[in-house]
Amino acid sequence: MALIDKVVKRALTCVMATAVLASFAAHAEDVHVLNWKGYGTDEPWALKEFEARTGYHVVNDFFNSEQEMLTKLRTNPGAYDVVMVNSAFNQQAREQNLLQPVDVNGMPNVADLDPKMRHSHLLEIGGQSYGIPWVWGVTSFAVNDTKIHPVPDTIQALWDPAYKGHVGMRDDAIEAVQFAALATDQNINDIKNLDAVKSKLKALTSQLKTFWSSENDWNQYVASGVFYVSTYWSGSAARARNKFNLPVTFVIPKEGAIGWLDSLSIPKGAHNVNGAKAFINYMIDPGFYTQWDSRVGAPVSANTKAVAALPAAAFNRAVLANPAVQSRIQFQEPITDDKRRAYLQLWQEIKAQAD
Amino acid sequence: MKFALSSPQGRPLVRAMTLAGPAYMWLLLAVFLPLSVMLFYSFMSDVPTSGGNWSLTFQNYLTFLDEPLYRKLMVRSLGLSAQVTLICTVLGFPCAYMLAKVIRGRSREALFLLIILPFWSNGLVRIFSWNMVLRSGGVVDWVLNHLWPWPVDTDLMFSYPAIVIGLVHSYLPYAVLTAYLSLQAIDDSLIEAARSMGAGRLTILRRLILPLAMPGMLAGAVLTFVPVVGAFMEPRLLGGRKGTFIGTVIEDQFVAVFNWPLGAALSFTLLALVLAILFIGMRLSRRKDK
Repeated sequence: MALIDKVVKRALTCVMATAVLASFAAHAEDVHVLNWKGYGTDEPWALKEFEARTGYHVVNDFFNSEQEMLTKLRTNPGAYDVVMVNSAFNQQAREQNLLQPVDVNGMPNVADLDPKMRHSHLLEIGGQSYGIPWVWGVTSFAVNDTKIHPVPDTIQALWDPAYKGHVGMRDDAIEAVQFAALATDQNINDIKNLDAVKSKLKALTSQLKTFWSSENDWNQYVASGVFYVSTYWSGSAARARNKFNLPVTFVIPKEGAIGWLDSLSIPKGAHNVNGAKAFINYMIDPGFYTQWDSRVGAPVSANTKAVAALPAAAFNRAVLANPAVQSRIQFQEPITDDKRRAYLQLWQEIKAQAD
Repeated sequence: MKFALSSPQGRPLVRAMTLAGPAYMWLLLAVFLPLSVMLFYSFMSDVPTSGGNWSLTFQNYLTFLDEPLYRKLMVRSLGLSAQVTLICTVLGFPCAYMLAKVIRGRSREALFLLIILPFWSNGLVRIFSWNMVLRSGGVVDWVLNHLWPWPVDTDLMFSYPAIVIGLVHSYLPYAVLTAYLSLQAIDDSLIEAARSMGAGRLTILRRLILPLAMPGMLAGAVLTFVPVVGAFMEPRLLGGRKGTFIGTVIEDQFVAVFNWPLGAALSFTLLALVLAILFIGMRLSRRKDK
């Protein structure tokens, strides 16, 4: 008897262990999402609401750079059901065979997406959608209202000698080069005069106090009076004002600003395509978006109805949804590896010359 | 004798292998293999995982020779490292001497703890805490403003001195501990003998203690010099816009543009340079002995 007892117990443990392992491998009700940390898809209240509505449980994983995202997709096929891909990287991901087209049947919110973004040449190829536009935003600059008054309307404010030693920017080659392109009246996606960019950037680095690398950094530098004016992202500026009560104003200067569009895609080999579609549909839902923007602060939704549901004074509705402002925004196109490396080298040369 | 040395199985080689085997396996797996993969990467034209075609090339090493930027940064990093190593050695020696020869008992244990303490904290935390101290309105500023009748603004943050301070703080324990070990090994009776024969303090230090402590101090200097040449965290976080060094440039190749081959080639060039410097240094110090 004792022996049989033992055998049965062993067998049971084996079965349980296998079950646990299997649930790790592929739980039918799980939706595995890959995104930046703290960027909408991991808000606990939203995940609770989504699970209550659809029964799908969301499991988040994070990346720290676009390259890391691509590497994770390459090395773990089937591990993710939804991935957040910046539209400028969609082509690269597609060409490396990492994404599958999304069948938008059963995703009612897709009909309300801004048609320009929905059919963007970056996301829709041959009538097939390789990414559902999610949110978009602007990289420009913000000023500390207590230090700079009135709020400037030109990007040259970053080069204003009056603010020398109180200017901040992100240590990012592409962003730096594109800022200098705007300041020298060039198209950010087709820079003709790289020498002008170089000398403009050289002048900018002598204005700088330091580089910022995260929202937390930025907020601290502004709060402690280190930054009077610094490059920033529209969604983050909204968070700085709403959540951290910082006296900052985000500026979209007359020279224009850098626009980016983030989209949600389904990787090739995803186990739970239906769950992925439900989650993407929820992510572009007006109900989720208005809560995200008011509770946390969000970029602009690609769903026009979601933006219209915001309070009239909300920055994302009042300023960014304004056609006159939108016409000044230059959206980022994919950048070739060669260009990326050339920009990095240019940027490193300029930084190495800082005295 | 032979019986005593050989194992019961009578095969010393087997016994040696079972004892040393795990350590060698570990070295092989953890050090040699990843390094050889990186060495291989440095001769590739592109990263194979990005899906593109790749071939073997010397181009990455030629880039280092062609671009004055990398040479300039290499020189800058070597200069920084030499400076940090010198400061660590100069600060570390008296500290180690006090520990080894002057202080005894409980207070020595307490001092030891203070020296080892930085090892127990995360490197990133250490650097961020310097931020509090060095920044305008930080601790240094506050103290100076309370002592000095006129307002001062030191604002050391985001400058070359800030990088040096952060690195010295991180690597000083190596200098102290290695110098301590060789100082402690000096027999006190040697010093007494020198003294009894009329040697002054300076003579004892110069002719006796320094030469005997030299191996430890050199080891400490090497332990400091090598990692500081490639340091990227301290320059990035404390140096602000002046924080571009060869280490940060290599990091950018890996993280920002996914150009692993160039990053690997720069790393190995740096490794070769550092090894060459150490080799020449060893040669010179040996010649001096003769």
